[in-house]
Amino acid sequence: MDLGPFLVLATLEGLLQAAVLTLIALGLSLVFGVMRIVNVAHGEFYMLGAVIAWFVASLLSLHPAVGFFLALVISPLLVGLVAYASERLILKRLKYDPEATIVATIGMLYVIQQVVLIGFGPDARPVEAPFYYRIRLPWFGYSAYNLFVMAAAVVLLIGCWYILTRTRLGLIMRATQFDSETAQAFGIPVDKVYGYVFAAGAMLAAVAAVLIVPIRQAHYLMGLDPLLLSFIVVIIGGLGSLRGTVVAALIIGLSDGIISVFFSPTLAKMLSTLLVALVLVFKPEGLFGAKAR
Amino acid sequence: MLEITDLNVYHGSSRTLKDFSLALNAGEVLCLLGRNGAGKTTALKSIMGLLPAQSGSIRLEGRELTSLRPYEVPKQGIGYVPQGRRLFSELTVQENLDIGLMTRKTGRDVLENALKLFPRLRERLGQVSGTLSGGEQQMLATARALCIDPSVILLDEPTEGLMPSMIATIRDVVLQLRDQGKAILLVEQRVDAVLSVADRVCFVENGKAHPALPVAALRDDPSLLERYVGVS
Repeated sequence: MDLGPFLVLATLEGLLQAAVLTLIALGLSLVFGVMRIVNVAHGEFYMLGAVIAWFVASLLSLHPAVGFFLALVISPLLVGLVAYASERLILKRLKYDPEATIVATIGMLYVIQQVVLIGFGPDARPVEAPFYYRIRLPWFGYSAYNLFVMAAAVVLLIGCWYILTRTRLGLIMRATQFDSETAQAFGIPVDKVYGYVFAAGAMLAAVAAVLIVPIRQAHYLMGLDPLLLSFIVVIIGGLGSLRGTVVAALIIGLSDGIISVFFSPTLAKMLSTLLVALVLVFKPEGLFGAKAR
Repeated sequence: MLEITDLNVYHGSSRTLKDFSLALNAGEVLCLLGRNGAGKTTALKSIMGLLPAQSGSIRLEGRELTSLRPYEVPKQGIGYVPQGRRLFSELTVQENLDIGLMTRKTGRDVLENALKLFPRLRERLGQVSGTLSGGEQQMLATARALCIDPSVILLDEPTEGLMPSMIATIRDVVLQLRDQGKAILLVEQRVDAVLSVADRVCFVENGKAHPALPVAALRDDPSLLERYVGVS
């Protein structure tokens, strides 16, 4: 095969990676932006989303498409519930102290991971895609499901953008993000907003997991890589910035896809890490982040 | 209308309000005067529930406020204009006003009344509030508080850092609001502004409020200012 087809394939793989990464990183960025806490357990909510999707799809013994779409509803809801409960029981009691919540979310990471290991086991388990269709390109066939994942991510991102910028709920979240004390002086129940935002961030990760699990399989350690990449994305894009998250996810996803195909996945990770270092040195607030007030 | 009785507030182990008491009536401007760190801003934040009271009572038309959560206090009809304006600086002027309107689900007529007081804001509705001039930001902070249609307004140093023309605008608005029957609790460092707008003054010293005096007492006895504020 010539270079051109390789490049097309690598770009498609990179876009798939970017689509999923954007959703996961957006959840992380939202939680940090509004609550000012670094959620180290975010990758585990992603993993939990995939595992619950496997349970829903395999235990209900329905048609793969029905099982998948049921999982797409049930899994984010259950993950959101777990996240909401952990926020109420742990983070709220720590009064959202930045250092204490980092330690607490590291603890949450291990608890979720080990509970899943006990209940789900150490094996990677596949979830059937809702449909199988290969699009015939001149050089190779490409899974239509992969394109569906990209399209779904774009639709979800537009939905998030609409909610954040055009609705009352988004206005409340942005006001809380900019000045939580003043927000309270205008009737915004900041405490409740924190609970819902933490759940929403985890739900975004869970949706990403359900979308990707027919391609990557569910595994109890699958949350670690996306967590690292999400941190890279939100640092480059700017914590709390939707636009920055999308741009950085595209940069990281595409470079990861292309460099992994032509060179090696390790080199792709090294370059991402170098980019983070450069951003931290020359633009610590990220490409689109607001300077510290 | 607003009655504070024996309020005690702590910052850590430090007691910042000590048996703080005052009463504010409808249609009057009561000014809190005192040196920096005397407890004036702490008093306003405590009324808003942003600093929890250890003991004592804050009653608005007989309703106890200290048992409410902070976000429930503005819903009782208390508008707060914080020191330094504290706008949501990355939101537009319209969005800042919308936050005020959402507080008690007030209608567009309330917004119209606020914009009548500050017509310049009408031209800036789509502008990001952080890019407004200092005077416009103060107008917006005040208009945002008015959007909740409050019966009591807490103003914390509204003239800080403003040009004389803007100070006059703010003073005129405060007087108009008073004439509409609003109760206004004002923290102000500028003595000239206090003399031109306040009905009564209350000196705050080391977290304690002295009994309020008519503003004429300041004119009659300038030594009060030297004693409590450090200016003559």
